[in-house]
Amino acid sequence: MKYEAVIGLEVHAQMLTDTKIFCGCSTKFGSEPNSQTCQICIGMPGVLPVLNKKALEFAIRTGLATNCKISPYSRFARKNYFYPDLPKGYQISQYELPICEHGYLEIVVDSEVRKIGITRIHMEEDAGKNIHEGAGNYSFVDLNRTGVPLMEIVSEPDIRSPKEASEYMRKLRAILRCLGVCDGNMEQGSLRCDANVSIRPVGQKEFGTRAEVKNINSFKFVEKALEYEIKRQTKVLEQGGKIIQETRLWDSNKGITESMRSKEEAHDYRYFPDPDLVPMITDEKLINDIRASLPELPDAKRKRFMTEYGLPEYDADFLTSEKATAEWFEEAVKLGGDPKTVCNWIKGEITKLLSEDGRSMDECPLHPYHLVYVLNLIKDTKINANAAKIILEDMYKKPGNSYGYGSGKISELTAVGTVGIEGQVAQIIKEKGLVQISDESAIEKIVDELIAKSQKEVGRYKAGDEKLLGFFVGQVMKAMKGKANPQMLNELLKKKLS
Amino acid sequence: MELYSLGISELRHLLEKREVSSKEIISSVNSRIDAVEDRIKAYVTLTKEEAEGMAEKADEDILSGNGKPLSGIPIAIKDNMCTKGILTTCSSKILSDFIPPYESTVTSRLKENGYVLTGKTNLDEFAMGSSTENSGFHTTRNPWDIERIPGGSSGGSAAAVAADECIAALGSDTGGSIRQPAALCGVVGLKPTYGRVSRYGLVAFASSLDQIGTLTKNVKDSAILMNIISGRDLMDSTSAPVDVPDFTAMLGRDIKGLKIGIPKEYFIEGLDPEVDKAVKDAIRKFESLGAIPVDISLPHTGYAVATYYVLATSEASSNLARYDGVKYGFRAEGKDLMDMYMKTRAEGFGAEVKRRIMLGTYTLSSGYYDAYYKKAQQVRTLIKNDFEKAFSEVDVIVTPTSPTAAFKAGEKTDDPLQMYLADIFTISVNLAGVPGISVPCGFTSNALPIGLQLIGKHFDEETILKASYAYEQSTEWHKRKPKL
Repeated sequence: MKYEAVIGLEVHAQMLTDTKIFCGCSTKFGSEPNSQTCQICIGMPGVLPVLNKKALEFAIRTGLATNCKISPYSRFARKNYFYPDLPKGYQISQYELPICEHGYLEIVVDSEVRKIGITRIHMEEDAGKNIHEGAGNYSFVDLNRTGVPLMEIVSEPDIRSPKEASEYMRKLRAILRCLGVCDGNMEQGSLRCDANVSIRPVGQKEFGTRAEVKNINSFKFVEKALEYEIKRQTKVLEQGGKIIQETRLWDSNKGITESMRSKEEAHDYRYFPDPDLVPMITDEKLINDIRASLPELPDAKRKRFMTEYGLPEYDADFLTSEKATAEWFEEAVKLGGDPKTVCNWIKGEITKLLSEDGRSMDECPLHPYHLVYVLNLIKDTKINANAAKIILEDMYKKPGNSYGYGSGKISELTAVGTVGIEGQVAQIIKEKGLVQISDESAIEKIVDELIAKSQKEVGRYKAGDEKLLGFFVGQVMKAMKGKANPQMLNELLKKKLS
Repeated sequence: MELYSLGISELRHLLEKREVSSKEIISSVNSRIDAVEDRIKAYVTLTKEEAEGMAEKADEDILSGNGKPLSGIPIAIKDNMCTKGILTTCSSKILSDFIPPYESTVTSRLKENGYVLTGKTNLDEFAMGSSTENSGFHTTRNPWDIERIPGGSSGGSAAAVAADECIAALGSDTGGSIRQPAALCGVVGLKPTYGRVSRYGLVAFASSLDQIGTLTKNVKDSAILMNIISGRDLMDSTSAPVDVPDFTAMLGRDIKGLKIGIPKEYFIEGLDPEVDKAVKDAIRKFESLGAIPVDISLPHTGYAVATYYVLATSEASSNLARYDGVKYGFRAEGKDLMDMYMKTRAEGFGAEVKRRIMLGTYTLSSGYYDAYYKKAQQVRTLIKNDFEKAFSEVDVIVTPTSPTAAFKAGEKTDDPLQMYLADIFTISVNLAGVPGISVPCGFTSNALPIGLQLIGKHFDEETILKASYAYEQSTEWHKRKPKL
């Protein structure tokens, strides 16, 4: 019996607003417990919520970027239950009238384009944190996070494999980051994912019984957790058992999902419209204004990179996967870099330097002009590629290098900055003696010397072992401390060895 | 004439003429409190020290030419409105030690205008009740007969005003909690239009019904206070962005041609014959002043009490969930979380509060939401439509405020439903969100006050103030005081 998986994802995304959704407290992560609270988010007697307009705007932006219909009439609702991290004894959320509905995302898996439906997006407030460690018989409650604005994004059960699920998450995260509404950090909890998983015999229309999988707290666990759960459910059915509708927690240490026993009585949340907040009427003008302010989304950017810069899809995909990378790339091209070359160098040397450092592209200390200038020097045969790598690494590591990303965007390049960068490069070339030798006679001399003492290899090469060319190139380069002009060397060798 | 027996405008007049000082006024009021509070028990907390400081400041302001509309006026605040740094208990054990670190908007506005706080007054616990017998601390007594209750839930405020233990007071009204005690204590009680006065700082009972209002010795004082406490507040999303007129401007204008609606559904069995007579006499008085009585019908009146008790309790069950012993207020020790929750709320809440939480939890629960909560909201719309239709024919509606005068303590406590019916004439007003005022219109044969209710259109407090003022000034009821 062949089974297919049916997966729906519920994603909670913390909105990047400065203040909470219903009060003016800061949303900054990682502060001292209970230092970012006020009577409103603590739920003291007599207080009232007032909606943060930006949260509404962010939710509408996200809805527009995922092809949703924006509800002209939307309401907040109270979700009632008792827990220490929920100070009011209810969460202000949305129930019957969410702000966005009926959208979709397109993902590409194994070259197939799949449309994953988005049932709804709604706004709600986050809860606080209970801390049980270090408290003996008690638990600590930190309410800093209470009231941080969340978007809950619910997909249709259209996902059919763990790979699709992780692609969907990747896509969604890229869009949220591109819009600037969420920073998508699963480890810090600013992006959370719960999955509803079921399986059914291939060809069957009805869905099987689903289990909810929670505690998937990093990207790499999305696929792993779902793979495990599908395997588990398959085994249960194959052994003649039934799937229980339950909540299971992913345990990353054990690599399994475990049933959350005991406290799992179905909650009756007694939803009703929150009488402290007025309904939100979103008119065409507001929606159009927000639509006009949307940035270029990842898909559109990718397509444009392919046509505008003549890049193949996988390169365009790589460059547009992060807003910072796309920005850096485009700035480099604007400054005169060749798109394909720049792309290769970002994929290669720049990525290497960043990963050695544990940094992401938006923290890159190199300015695009660093790369462009160095590439121009190669083009002018002043230095070769090896030298360029040494120069870039040196400049990357230079303390106080302020030409790259400052406060989240690439610094503007002034005349002084340009001279500064060129000066730096010149300095390094001088110190490390990186000037390329393009003096044909100088190279020829070393080549002749090499050929003279490598008759055996010459013989093998002439007999057809073409790979040995690399040996000759390497030996000459070694002798010339890597400074030989590679094209010239290649031509010379080919000529001399023919 | 004792200073404590005067009203706001008279005292303002004396203060402005420098004939008295704020200190003398608060001193007079405090002596009065000392003399009668033992018997009336209107207060939960007295703030004598605070008051003296505020009176001093008021005198400074007045002397330096910076006198404000309420400078030096001693006012009492119902203990369900947060006063920064001052105990705010809602007359409940669960908040018996709660001191808010923030000020409610209304008391903030009073402060800006120079008032003097006499203290926080007693109420039915969390404003749930019609007699103040549900207070978690003590029962307030009616100054006209201390065997009787003052009404509720703002019983403390009404009694304090009637007994001259303050010059005026603020109360809150969810189903009649200002108007009914005003009627039973022979004072003026105004519930504004929903949204007219900010609810920020008012401890929520039923969010879509609660409103803060005034308890005063006369209609003009109510208008003076309304000028100060009304108006849009950015801290309250439900406060209306509607201009605030000068509510005193229309007082004294005649009411010739004013159409007053008499709804037949309010003159029914259960209405005390003496109340009926007093109200009918009042209607005749209106006629003599030029008003035109018109018979009207508010057909869905009979559903109002049931509708209210579904909606108000539903909202209350959610609003009171925050009292869980975790963050502030009373906490009972428990062996685990659930045990702590259960013990805290079982011990911290009184019987009526628990009753209403249970009822409201039920009406919102899965499987019952449509039949109860949703249905009640739909009936609420019908009740509101009744008023709007009536107001296309008349300018104000006149009814008795309470079906009876003040009853004896303990008389209705055995049957909660009996107690609920005390609000039968006031409740529709909250459901529709329209403004309502109760003014004294007579006395029973055993010298207990009777109240007349005037109901106005949304945001038309001006007309009911004008009409009540005209009636008040043509009668002597407001001049009588209880013998204490």
